[in-house]
Amino acid sequence: MDLHFGDGKPTDQERAAVDALLGPASSPWEGADDRSETDLRWARGGRDARERRDQLLPGLHAINDRVGWISEGALDYLCRRLTIPPADAYGVATFYAMFAVAPRPARVVHVCTDLACAVRGSAALCADLEERLGAAGATEGDVTWQQSPCLGLCERAPAALVLQAGEPASAAGRAPSPLHSGPRKAAAEVVRRRTSAVVAPATAGTVASAATAPEAAPGEPPAAMAVPQAGRPDLTLLKRVGVVDPASLDDYRAHGGYAALRRAFGIGPAEVIREVTEAGLLGRGGAAFPTGRKWQATASQPDHPHYLVCNADESEPGTFKDRVVMEGDPYALVESMTIAGYAVGAHQGYLYIRGEYPRAVARLEHAIAQARSRGFLGENVLGHGYAFDIELRRGAGAYICGEETALFNSIEGYRGEPRSKPPFPVEKGLFGKPTAANNVETLINVLPVLTMGAEAYAAVGTGTSTGPKLFCVSGSVRRPGVYELPFGAALDELLELAGRPESIRAVLLGGAAGGFVRPDETDIPLTFEGTRAAGTTLGSGVVLVIDDSVELPRILLRIAEFFRDESCGQCVPCRIGTVRQEEALHRILDRRGAEAADDVALLREVGSAMKDASICGLGQTAWNAVESAIDRLGVYAAADPERSTT
Amino acid sequence: MTAVPLQPPRRLIEFTLDGRETRVPEGSTILDACRAAGKDVPTLCEGDTLTPKNACRVCVVEVAGARTLAPACSRRAEAGMDVRTDTRRARHSRKIVLELLASSTDLSTTPRAAEWIKEYQAEPGRFGAGAARLNEAPKIDNDLYVRDYDKCIQCYKCVDACGEQWQNSFAISVAGRGFDARISTEHDAPLTDSACVFCGNCIEVCPTGALSFKSEFDMRDAGTWNESAQTETTTVCAYCGVGCNLTLHVQENEIVKVTSPHDNPVTHGNLCIKGRFGFQHVQQH
Ligand code: SF4
Ligand code: SF4
Ligand code: SF4
Ligand code: FES
Ligand code: FES
Repeated sequence: MDLHFGDGKPTDQERAAVDALLGPASSPWEGADDRSETDLRWARGGRDARERRDQLLPGLHAINDRVGWISEGALDYLCRRLTIPPADAYGVATFYAMFAVAPRPARVVHVCTDLACAVRGSAALCADLEERLGAAGATEGDVTWQQSPCLGLCERAPAALVLQAGEPASAAGRAPSPLHSGPRKAAAEVVRRRTSAVVAPATAGTVASAATAPEAAPGEPPAAMAVPQAGRPDLTLLKRVGVVDPASLDDYRAHGGYAALRRAFGIGPAEVIREVTEAGLLGRGGAAFPTGRKWQATASQPDHPHYLVCNADESEPGTFKDRVVMEGDPYALVESMTIAGYAVGAHQGYLYIRGEYPRAVARLEHAIAQARSRGFLGENVLGHGYAFDIELRRGAGAYICGEETALFNSIEGYRGEPRSKPPFPVEKGLFGKPTAANNVETLINVLPVLTMGAEAYAAVGTGTSTGPKLFCVSGSVRRPGVYELPFGAALDELLELAGRPESIRAVLLGGAAGGFVRPDETDIPLTFEGTRAAGTTLGSGVVLVIDDSVELPRILLRIAEFFRDESCGQCVPCRIGTVRQEEALHRILDRRGAEAADDVALLREVGSAMKDASICGLGQTAWNAVESAIDRLGVYAAADPERSTT
Repeated sequence: MTAVPLQPPRRLIEFTLDGRETRVPEGSTILDACRAAGKDVPTLCEGDTLTPKNACRVCVVEVAGARTLAPACSRRAEAGMDVRTDTRRARHSRKIVLELLASSTDLSTTPRAAEWIKEYQAEPGRFGAGAARLNEAPKIDNDLYVRDYDKCIQCYKCVDACGEQWQNSFAISVAGRGFDARISTEHDAPLTDSACVFCGNCIEVCPTGALSFKSEFDMRDAGTWNESAQTETTTVCAYCGVGCNLTLHVQENEIVKVTSPHDNPVTHGNLCIKGRFGFQHVQQH
């Protein structure tokens, strides 16, 4: 490979941001200014540097965090350091919504206009903000604001997030993970202390003042505020949220922490997998794949190393349970990952958290560092001779990176485009190696599986959907938040807990990729099989309640807009289909019956091709919610008394 | 491409293709099997010299038991598979894909596009006059070749040819995402400021004519491009000792472009700047 760089030079600040991550450049081959004797005779970089490709995303973050955007000079310098062609890195930088490659102010306000926030008045908020801060995307003083997809703060909708670029307050680098056996050799991700502010619920006034002085914005309420059931003794997954000090490893242990890992070490990896299999634990990310089978398939691969990946890129609109767990009980995730790593024979785990979760990132960085320093991670976990460490990676604003193979690409430093399957991750996953990828909720279920035992765990819930389940309830309810119920409870029960509104127009189950149910269908049992039988899905556990004040066609348009924005663009049915879907929904926004019929037919035709021919789940499900709104809610049907549903 | 390799011998696997028992060497794609059986499955992003990205989805077929359709160009045949290439579902998806592409992209120089649009009764016009299009102006920033991304279907072939699959120059990549994704150099710089070495291998693989010789672009512009009046002569490049094969495309005694045979085991259709573009001197005498 013959790298070609432009004349762009990084500013001191940009260079410092990259060097803080990668260490100073040691030779002109990778961007240092001074040449040493040996440099004249010996070319460096090459293979070594290329093996650090996975530092591209952290590197882009480093620049963007410091300066607010990524200049040509900065990108060039990062590319020299990592031996990455600039065109390639440019393709990566422009893939993620949180990065900018054109100058913009250091302070960016993200205002959520997604489903729950739309139900709770984000349109009015944006209109107000326009008066105070100017049009979206325009620069007013040293701040700009923009509309954003779901920020995962739906229980406090409408929500806004202020991100401020600048010097890190503490640039203390952490030691490189000592047991990294994968391609990455050195380079530590620096602990970032940025001034960011979460404003939720947001008013134009609070957003504008946080935009002027993020450091003065009031702090976030504790994670337990998102758990209306917090403190109740019958909770399993949420039992520690609001009870335990999320910053204290000792407190975690005092509340039953690390009992599950000890049991795992006691019974050995094969038995752990057997317990998880017998417990009937199904993946909670939406696909409901048996976790034990996935682990078994990974563990038995002859190729090494094996990796464990925790998918904490929770970006489904209406989903915020992983955030609440990570913020309220971060050690539970560290422990679960350790158990999972042990079971599948991995020595390195990656925790991929969405970039819009600053507090969850900080809590987990802290928890991982503490666990490492106390021997709960590292060469010899708890003295059992098992080596395991966790690296945290921040996403940068791309829903598609929640798709597991896109997530692998993102970690590896490529565009977050899904790979085609087969081969499946258990065989060829992260860095082309056998990988078990699980989401946060799936992993923390392993703790009760091991402490209760498979049999007791499987007794909770129904025969095929076992254990407890988390639901993210938002929209027009009185007590939005994360709820835990055993599988099998009826939707009604959940609505009662959350405070059912006077009149429900529809409930969206499973998020933007899920489906709507009618108000007369709220007796649906909340299980994988029950929702499937009812022609809908549990998906990621979203329960978005929409009351009579909300115009459904507008919600559908927002869903279409979301998928058009978040399509990776790789395959034709999704890249163009999502655009055509949005156009059609625009056209029929205020139409019904015969006036809408042609476009509804067009939507069906395009939708079925998207479902059938798209590469990944995004394109395959982008039409689900709209389809269910047409078929179950009769949303574009004429105002016909025969149709009770409109 | 034939489904029967000369060597080394591979295990044969058996599966059902449109109801017929079919045997193909292990590792063959469904498309290989279709071609060996004389079935015409439309393809756009597939290319004989590259590993396809399976991005266009025009080649989808139905595999019994699968929730979604499979791209014939990339899905390997597996023993016992039951594949149908011409079902209603598959035809419907192909039709929609062609409609989506034709409604957003200029397919006028894409070989066979018009034929398939007819075959599948695609009506690109039905998305209305307001349907979003790429609407890119041609990028003319050098004397050798033109990038007309209004014709680009984003098949990734040029990126792969320029990058790790052939040229290793990595001058271009996909930038942006979704409908706004475009093939681009870093910071959208002109090719002449990029890592491009003007080997033209990207032109060689481009399935739509989005990348073309400046000579061809100008002649099309002037209305003088006439493929039926062209002759093709394959010869050996005289510039160096490698011995690459060149195919000279000649119209009215002028070389109008140079391609290279893909079945050449050494070059697989790749050339360097001299072989690809250095044809002016031949014409001087
Ligand atoms: S379905 Fe959409 S998101 Fe998935 S690969 Fe295709 S374009 Fe990308
Ligand atoms: S001409 Fe060669 S180097 Fe230039 S973009 Fe095309 S493939 Fe890459
Ligand atoms: S320019 Fe040609 S080869 Fe490149 S992506 Fe577009 S259509 Fe494919
Ligand atoms: S935070 Fe706005 S919809 Fe989730
Ligand atoms: S030719 Fe198979 S997906 Fe494009």
